[in-house]
Amino acid sequence: MKTPADLAAIRVAKKHLVASRHDNMNAVRVTVGMGTCGIAAGARAVSNAFVEEIFKAGLDEKAIVVLSGCMGDCSLEPMVTVEVPGAEKVTYVKMDAAKAARVVAEHIVNNKVVTDYTK
Amino acid sequence: MFRSYVLVCGGTGCTSSNSPKVIEALENEIKAVGLQDEVKVVKTGCFGLCALGPIMIVYPEGVFYSRVKPEWIKEIVDEHLLKGRIVKKYLYQETIDGDNIKNLMHTRFYEKQTRIALHNCGVIAAEDIDEYIARGGYTALEKVLFHMQPQEVIEVVKASGLRGRGGAGFSTGMKWQFTASAEGDVKYVCCNADEGDPGAFMDRSVLEGDPHCVIEAMTIAAYAIGGSQGYVYVRAEYPIAVQRLRIALAQAREYGLLGDNIMGTGFKFDIEIRLGAGAFVCGEETALMTSIEGNRGEPRPRPPFPANKGLFAKPTLLNNVETYANITQIINNGAEWFASMGTEKSKGTKVFALGGKVVNTGLVEIPMGTPLRTVIEEIGGGCPNGKKFKAAQTGGPSGGCIPASLIDTPLDYESMAAIGSIVGSGGLIVMDEDNCMVDIAKFFLDFTVDESCGKCAPCRIGTKRIYEMLEKITSGNGTLEDIDKLEELCYQVKSASLCALGQTAPNPVLSTLNYFRDEYIAHVVDKKCPAGVCKSLLQYVIDPEKCKGCTACARQCPVGAISGTVKQPHVIDSSKCIKCGACMATCKFGAISKK
Ligand SMILES: Cc1cc2nc3c(=O)[nH]c(=O)nc-3n(C[C@H](O)[C@H](O)[C@H](O)COP(=O)(O)O)c2cc1C
Repeated sequence: MKTPADLAAIRVAKKHLVASRHDNMNAVRVTVGMGTCGIAAGARAVSNAFVEEIFKAGLDEKAIVVLSGCMGDCSLEPMVTVEVPGAEKVTYVKMDAAKAARVVAEHIVNNKVVTDYTK
Repeated sequence: MFRSYVLVCGGTGCTSSNSPKVIEALENEIKAVGLQDEVKVVKTGCFGLCALGPIMIVYPEGVFYSRVKPEWIKEIVDEHLLKGRIVKKYLYQETIDGDNIKNLMHTRFYEKQTRIALHNCGVIAAEDIDEYIARGGYTALEKVLFHMQPQEVIEVVKASGLRGRGGAGFSTGMKWQFTASAEGDVKYVCCNADEGDPGAFMDRSVLEGDPHCVIEAMTIAAYAIGGSQGYVYVRAEYPIAVQRLRIALAQAREYGLLGDNIMGTGFKFDIEIRLGAGAFVCGEETALMTSIEGNRGEPRPRPPFPANKGLFAKPTLLNNVETYANITQIINNGAEWFASMGTEKSKGTKVFALGGKVVNTGLVEIPMGTPLRTVIEEIGGGCPNGKKFKAAQTGGPSGGCIPASLIDTPLDYESMAAIGSIVGSGGLIVMDEDNCMVDIAKFFLDFTVDESCGKCAPCRIGTKRIYEMLEKITSGNGTLEDIDKLEELCYQVKSASLCALGQTAPNPVLSTLNYFRDEYIAHVVDKKCPAGVCKSLLQYVIDPEKCKGCTACARQCPVGAISGTVKQPHVIDSSKCIKCGACMATCKFGAISKK
């Protein structure tokens, strides 16, 4: 038998499943380049890291991770852009999972661009 | 943790257009490229746009692939899911706006809708209680059991202004009050999922797409009226709905959301399914209960009303599926929130099953009072092939038609009644210039003749006689006097029948007589069917000016009614012609017309 506390726990644990199922036009959009070059440089791990960090920060209703083709500068892959509604698009280069965590914490949570990783 | 969700409709409409194969292909392909930990396939209920099925939505982008074929899946997985390149050629074209791709909620079909009863349909996996809970499911039940007295619940439902969505539009709060106040050791809570109106499928879609919202609402109702046992009466012709409901009931029991000690409060309630054989009359409340009792589904006179003496002669609450589908949100968001939508006397939203001669057929949920024009022209996209809108039939076999001149009528209980139609359960059939209104009336009477249970003579015999008179008129043998007799008989059947089946069966005739009497007159006086539908009144003729004598029509004619020599105009022998129209469809020169 589930008590209200059990149900509340399910709500927290499973929220990410349904969090993105609405119109995400006003969400922060993280785009990870998934061209052959990006994948070879580890873009899959980067996109997964973003998904996880965004969930951990409790932002899965406000930020989404999408993929794109090659972003045009293969030597700088994995490349990622972060678009906060109303602000300029920011491009990060040579990303990895640890850098992704920092971008989420500083740029997406606190709205401060991580200039260390921009081009 | 998934980056992306691929939602595929597993409702009846999309299932019949092959969505199970699409889901299978997706799952295989996703595994083949190793994305199974990043992308999740979700089988949902109905999205509403059934004509475009199978429907597939990819989140977080919210892009909308329509009429998806299993053969496309490899490309979509390789390009979109693996590399982020949306496969534009397979998208629903309206969502493509240059480089920008619109979310499905910004298409014309969805933009004007407000989804309350359908808020989870096409959003959650219908067979996963956790997704329902994650979307706020069972918070309303918790609120009611822990923080509200039964009477407070009834007051909220009353204040919301919710009225029954099954057809009659009776105040739901009042019905709950009557059942709560009735004396009885045992009380029942029933859900009417018979959905007999041909063309309506909102109840099926709710059960297929969001079964827990009905279970939760019935449990809330049971708490409010003091019920201990529930029944969902659903037609056996809805196998997917029945299956999803079974799964949902089992999950709810497993979680202790049904049973002897709900959420540990000691409150007891459980629900059983009763399958109906698909008789229209079994949707009528007294017939429905008689059928649940194991007897032949026939109505009985009221009073006594079910609230006092219903199932097994005990006080019984009966509501429609869509009525229940509003309850949890009324509890969660408050009566005022619900009452802020709609008109003064018709609150909230209503789901309509839009069908017939309209581009976007499907389920639409709109605030009560939305003009018919908005539904047909904006949401529905108008009549296909540039045809002219002629009338809309609402309320199915119990309803009436709305002529084009009244297209600005608001869709709500009062406005519909004022023009001789009803909201009914929400069937909305669009007709264009090619529909004959006498034929439409005949269609519905054919249905009621079949579905009349036969218990009372006015309905059993009266509907049959009405049908025969319509048959006489459409076959060219009617007289002006027949029209008057027909009208008189309609009023007699209305006033003398035992239940609302017979009492409303003449409505399609009366309302077409009211708005399209000239069409009836054309059938009996001029012996013509202006829309060119009634075969006996039609003649196919070949225009000798346009006919090139190619012989194509003569070769197509299944009864050899067309004669003529090559390169000379042909003629149709009307005594042999069976009016199948094959010749007209074959002629490349537009030389054949029906008159
Ligand atoms: C012939 C006939 C068929 C009906 N079919 C249905 C039906 O399929 N579903 C339904 O909910 N109500 C149907 N009704 C209306 C029910 O009798 C009853 O009014 C309704 O289920 C009450 O629920 P509500 O107050 O929530 O609308 C039908 C009524 C008649 C007379």
